Amino acid sequence: MPLRLERQENISALRHALAPLVALLVTLVVGAVMFVLLGHDPLRAFAIYFIEPLGDAYTLQELVVKATPLLLIGVGLAFCYRANRWNIGAEGQYVAGAVLGSWLALATHASEAGPWVLPAMLVLGAIGGALWGLIPAFLRVRFGSSEILTSLMLVYVAQLGLDYLVRGPWRDPQGFNFPQSVTFDDVALMPLLMGEGRLHAGIVIALIVVIAATFVLGRTLIGFSIELAGSAPRAAAFAGFDEKRVTYGVFAVSGALAGLAGIIEVAGPIGQLQPTISPGYGFTAIIAAMLGRLHPVGILIASLVLALTYIGGEAAQISMRLPFDVTRVFQGTLLIAILAADVLVRYRIRRVEGTSHA
Amino acid sequence: MLDAAILGAVLASIVAAATTLLIAALGELVAERAGTLNLGVEGMMIVGAAVGYATAYGSGSLLLGTLAAVLAGVMLSLVFAGLAIWLATNQVASGLATTILGLGVAGLIGSNFVGTRLDGAPELAIPGLTDLPIIGEAVFGQNAYVYASLLLLAAVTYTLARTRIGLVLRAVGENHAAAHALGHPVRPIRTLAVMFGGACAGLAGAHLSLAYTPFWASDMTAGRGWIALALVVFSAWRPLWLLGGAYLFGAVSILQLHAQGFGLGIPSQLLSSLPYLATIAALVVISALKHGQGAPASLGVPFVPDR
Repeated sequence: MPLRLERQENISALRHALAPLVALLVTLVVGAVMFVLLGHDPLRAFAIYFIEPLGDAYTLQELVVKATPLLLIGVGLAFCYRANRWNIGAEGQYVAGAVLGSWLALATHASEAGPWVLPAMLVLGAIGGALWGLIPAFLRVRFGSSEILTSLMLVYVAQLGLDYLVRGPWRDPQGFNFPQSVTFDDVALMPLLMGEGRLHAGIVIALIVVIAATFVLGRTLIGFSIELAGSAPRAAAFAGFDEKRVTYGVFAVSGALAGLAGIIEVAGPIGQLQPTISPGYGFTAIIAAMLGRLHPVGILIASLVLALTYIGGEAAQISMRLPFDVTRVFQGTLLIAILAADVLVRYRIRRVEGTSHA
Repeated sequence: MLDAAILGAVLASIVAAATTLLIAALGELVAERAGTLNLGVEGMMIVGAAVGYATAYGSGSLLLGTLAAVLAGVMLSLVFAGLAIWLATNQVASGLATTILGLGVAGLIGSNFVGTRLDGAPELAIPGLTDLPIIGEAVFGQNAYVYASLLLLAAVTYTLARTRIGLVLRAVGENHAAAHALGHPVRPIRTLAVMFGGACAGLAGAHLSLAYTPFWASDMTAGRGWIALALVVFSAWRPLWLLGGAYLFGAVSILQLHAQGFGLGIPSQLLSSLPYLATIAALVVISALKHGQGAPASLGVPFVPDR
């Protein structure tokens, strides 16, 4: 089958914008097939999964709450992926940030600590995530170890560390032996933005991060050196950009943002440390980064779309008794569809006459 | 305290734990020698575990379950191959997508089987050899998967080193442009190599859910697919070295279980994290020793003719 991918010059902005939409459409078709296979009316399933969550104020707030960690982590990952560094351990950096930030909340628990606690926790969360992210960066720079595998292994280590803390030294002594820490004091909790619901100040922080990242990536020498390191490493070296510094830098930024997301989640919607503090945000954020085309504003939109798969998944769990894995199937399909759609936008598939071997 | 029977039992459990890793890593090694980095192993393994369990539970046949698991691994590997080889998308992203999809599909399939149990694969004794002290039980008292893994190792080692197929496969992995110029169909060869990897990952999953822990639990692969990937680096892309690597890691994961049993006062979570920490340590040592230079030259680079 002599098919050839032919590069398209001058791709219109429209075609570029179209790719994620086509990917969404394909995902919906695959989703419809999945619902039918599971024995559900696809239209009803779609309504419960994607439409009804958008219908009332409470779930709209939840949508933003779920999108916040995806947005923060996804923007951080964009730094890495633009530099062609494959940090896929954001989930671990998220946990590390949550743990270090929570340490302060627990250390000041039931004391007269003032309103400085929460800001300090956020700083510690970012530091915790950055330190965890710098481990694979260091191992890559110093020894040449694959950052893909080391960052991923550190996810398991971080999760086990969290598990140890909440079952051991940090367990709430009055918690009826449940593996969880004490509930954070008010000074250690994210302020709520509205009277009722769970919308908290984390989204404000995330939006500030979006603006800052858009500026840094698009308008500064740092952004340019990241871009160059990713797309033309030799040119970057000739231009005098230090590859090691780029590696450390992007891992520190993405780790810090993942850690920030972790402490915001723990100090926000959760309010205490538990063995599980993420439904896979660190991995879903990879999809958010890709779907958003590694651009902070794109990632903002992508995060909302992906947050809908979480909310819809919860709704389908309750009203249709569908396992939560439906959400993972949607997310995986979406990532596959974006990758494929990207190629089909940039290249045209041509039949080749004659005897070209594949 | 340690008599021969206990030692034999420990060795046997190490071999059992290592078998999953060995099978999956062999498949990945073949895919990588052909130039394709497949990060979908974890997803293919868990889909194999789920489909294998569901089929075996429904049919009552471990053989059917195993075949279904292999087939499921191959099907998912085709998704990856379509993206990474035929559409030439980034291999890291394609592999991750495959794993995320695989975890979801496996969860959906497995959700009907939570809390059920199967009779695990029987141990096949070899008359005479199984009665040997210590190693008898460890080496010759195992189930069919263990023997299959060793046969697979021998087959892969021989094929890669001694046959024309192996030569062409390595050529495609080392220099796809040259292989292409010589008339070798680069993308079909890579696709077959990835399908072999998918079959192995599926088989490894079947070993997990039909023999090693004969029940279904979501996320039961627990990163074994990723460790298999690391083992390939650890082996410097040489199949025989995989044997040592897999058994070493099997030993680490079994010893942490036994250490927990003895109650040494070490937090169980620290012991549980040992296989992952050991993986990192192994990666660091190997890359520091520059063994990593055994990597196929075209690994991770998509091939697009005439681009």
